[in-house]
Amino acid sequence: MADFISGFWNMYVMVLVALSIAFCVFVLVSNMTKREPGEAKLHGHVWDETLAEYNNPLPRWWLYLFWITIFFAIAYLAIYPGFGRVNAERGQHTQYYAEMKAADEKYGPIFAKYENMDLMAVAADPEANAMGQRMFLTYCAQCHGSAATGAKGFPNLTDNEWSWGGEPETIKTTILGGRMGVMPPFGPALGAEGTKDVANYVRSLSGLAHDSLRAQRGKEAFDQNCVACHGADGKGNQMLGAVDLTNNAWLYGSSEATIIETITNGRQNQMPAFKDFLGEAKVHILAAYVLSLNKDKK
Amino acid sequence: MQSQATYNYKVVRQFAIMTVVWGIVGMLVGVIAAAQLVWPELNVHEFLHFGRLRPLHTNAVIFAFGGCALFATSYYIVQRTCHTTLFAPALAGFTFWGWQLVIVLAAITLPLGYTSGKEYAELEWPIDILIAVVWVSYAIVFFGTIAKRKISHIYVANWFLGAFILTVALLHIVNSAAIPVSFSGMKSYSAYAGVQDAMIQWWYGHNAVGFFLTAGFLGMMYYFVPKQADRPVYSYRLSVVHFWALIFTYMWAGPHHLHYTALPDWTQSVGMVFSLILLAPSWGGMINGVMTLSGAWHKLRTDPILKFLITSLSFYGMSTFEGPMMSVKTVNALSHYTDWTVGHVHSGALGWVAMISIGSVYFLLPRLYGKSEMYSVKLINTHFWVATIGIVLYIASMWVAGVMQGLMWRATNPDGTLTYSFVESVKASYPFWTIRFVGGALFLAGMFIMFYNMVKTIAGEKAYNAPVVAPAAAHA
Repeated sequence: MADFISGFWNMYVMVLVALSIAFCVFVLVSNMTKREPGEAKLHGHVWDETLAEYNNPLPRWWLYLFWITIFFAIAYLAIYPGFGRVNAERGQHTQYYAEMKAADEKYGPIFAKYENMDLMAVAADPEANAMGQRMFLTYCAQCHGSAATGAKGFPNLTDNEWSWGGEPETIKTTILGGRMGVMPPFGPALGAEGTKDVANYVRSLSGLAHDSLRAQRGKEAFDQNCVACHGADGKGNQMLGAVDLTNNAWLYGSSEATIIETITNGRQNQMPAFKDFLGEAKVHILAAYVLSLNKDKK
Repeated sequence: MQSQATYNYKVVRQFAIMTVVWGIVGMLVGVIAAAQLVWPELNVHEFLHFGRLRPLHTNAVIFAFGGCALFATSYYIVQRTCHTTLFAPALAGFTFWGWQLVIVLAAITLPLGYTSGKEYAELEWPIDILIAVVWVSYAIVFFGTIAKRKISHIYVANWFLGAFILTVALLHIVNSAAIPVSFSGMKSYSAYAGVQDAMIQWWYGHNAVGFFLTAGFLGMMYYFVPKQADRPVYSYRLSVVHFWALIFTYMWAGPHHLHYTALPDWTQSVGMVFSLILLAPSWGGMINGVMTLSGAWHKLRTDPILKFLITSLSFYGMSTFEGPMMSVKTVNALSHYTDWTVGHVHSGALGWVAMISIGSVYFLLPRLYGKSEMYSVKLINTHFWVATIGIVLYIASMWVAGVMQGLMWRATNPDGTLTYSFVESVKASYPFWTIRFVGGALFLAGMFIMFYNMVKTIAGEKAYNAPVVAPAAAHA
């Protein structure tokens, strides 16, 4: 009812609902005839040669069914919100907060017991890992995939390569606060040829096939435009989320065409923040789970 | 006798034949969409992608197949029960060509991706305007014919058909109100915003079910069931009560499509209680139809047309019981967004709407060509059984899949986390989607049998227009 700023609409709803139920009652009451003894009689009109109508009374069981639904409606509106503002406090929000509170009280301690443990220790705990995986499948798998191996634009979380840092606390910070990764567009500055040159240089950094003449020219442009974030050696900067260009982890793909697209138009990447939604205790377990996926690659 | 006026059967013939044609097209698209869910690799091109074929399927079966069936039968019924010819026959002819144009435009624009995004009202604004023009013409023809009737009482079928025509005009015009931003781009924005837009959409959506798919087809039922059974309608009084209760209560029921959303609580609750009250008025039509058969039950054994009509009433009764139950918030919390809804819709669409239409068209076709029977009554019987098995496979698989999905989505582990990820529920649905595909394919196969039977019935026959019958003596 928050939409209603005057009492008029409250009254309007109440009157309409009351009249509507009254109409159903009226229709029923005015047709409560009893069956007359003897054969059912025809109503008397005939259409299209053969169409006629008996005038049987309403079937009893049907009448009772109608009455029951009407009484149910009245009782329901007396208990739950529906009749204007009456019972507005018993709505779905109240229900939601009550259920969430009950759930927090019931399940909170299960998560809380890991909260003060070291993340590496939680990562080694099989029970915590199982809980972490279940949460991952609910909250993270949509983007990062069921196996956490990522998808185009969504990083692989199992290859121990990190845009924003792979330290235990850093991973937790990433989940809690989210991240906003921005690669600015360089197409206008570099031009089509220049962009292709830089793309070839970038491919050369990780040992991929490239045109060495273009890569040589590309290096000059790279040193002028890209080193501020990706570093002189192209190894990136985890403080900025600038990715390492020398490894085999590619967020959007390593083909020349894809890299050209990335340089030309830039990229925007967002990891949402989970602090308010899940709370620290759950994020702690999730961060440990992500760590556990990279254990063997340390 | 030569100079005696004849009923206008021409427009009835046109719509009746196109009912079968569009039925095949609409259901074929449905079967393809069902196959795409089982074999995603069948999404071969953006024009033929599930997301575009699905609205094409719903529009084709509801408005092309169902719409043509309603036009054909209502034009037939209103003439015969008013004992007069159609008012404004040229306008009636326009409604046929106009409606076919709407359908063809829908079949072109939806795959191309032009959509307003409103379910069952996807067509963009220029087509919406054409629909409104055709529909108003339809209303003029129908009510004009009522106005020049030769019998003072208006037969019950016409009440339902009249309510259907008036209300659909209202629903379509209000819900489609939009601000056009481009003609060539076929783009508009809804005149409403936010939760009001959602509520208007589902006020439209549920009343499209209530008036297009229920009231209209009840009008069909009230003519063809007593005609085919050759028995009087069970109760005039019941028809009065359930008519007024039905058309009045349906108007309230839309919010049950928006349970547990941003829609205010009171709207949800009012929508829910009136959906429950709707149970008895809906069943009134079923009782009146089925009880009309008392004293003539034996005809069901030998008459496959009557089998179609009476089975359709059983499915009508079943889905109008299921609907109110699903509108209860507690049930809806389980059923919403699952395939249960899809099963519910199809027990109504295949079981009720399609079966009553098929039965009625089998009644009409021979009469429109001066014959008394279809080419093969046996094939009607075959069609009946193929269709019935198809429906049962379809709805049973969707019930199981829907309840399973609902239960999987809410299952929790001892720590409160969800037991299943969404994709696991998708994986578990595959067997049921396969059964649904088979059920749908069977139903489509039945339509091909009907098409063959129709061609054989009318091939080489001359179109026939029956002479206008004078009202019975008491009314003269």
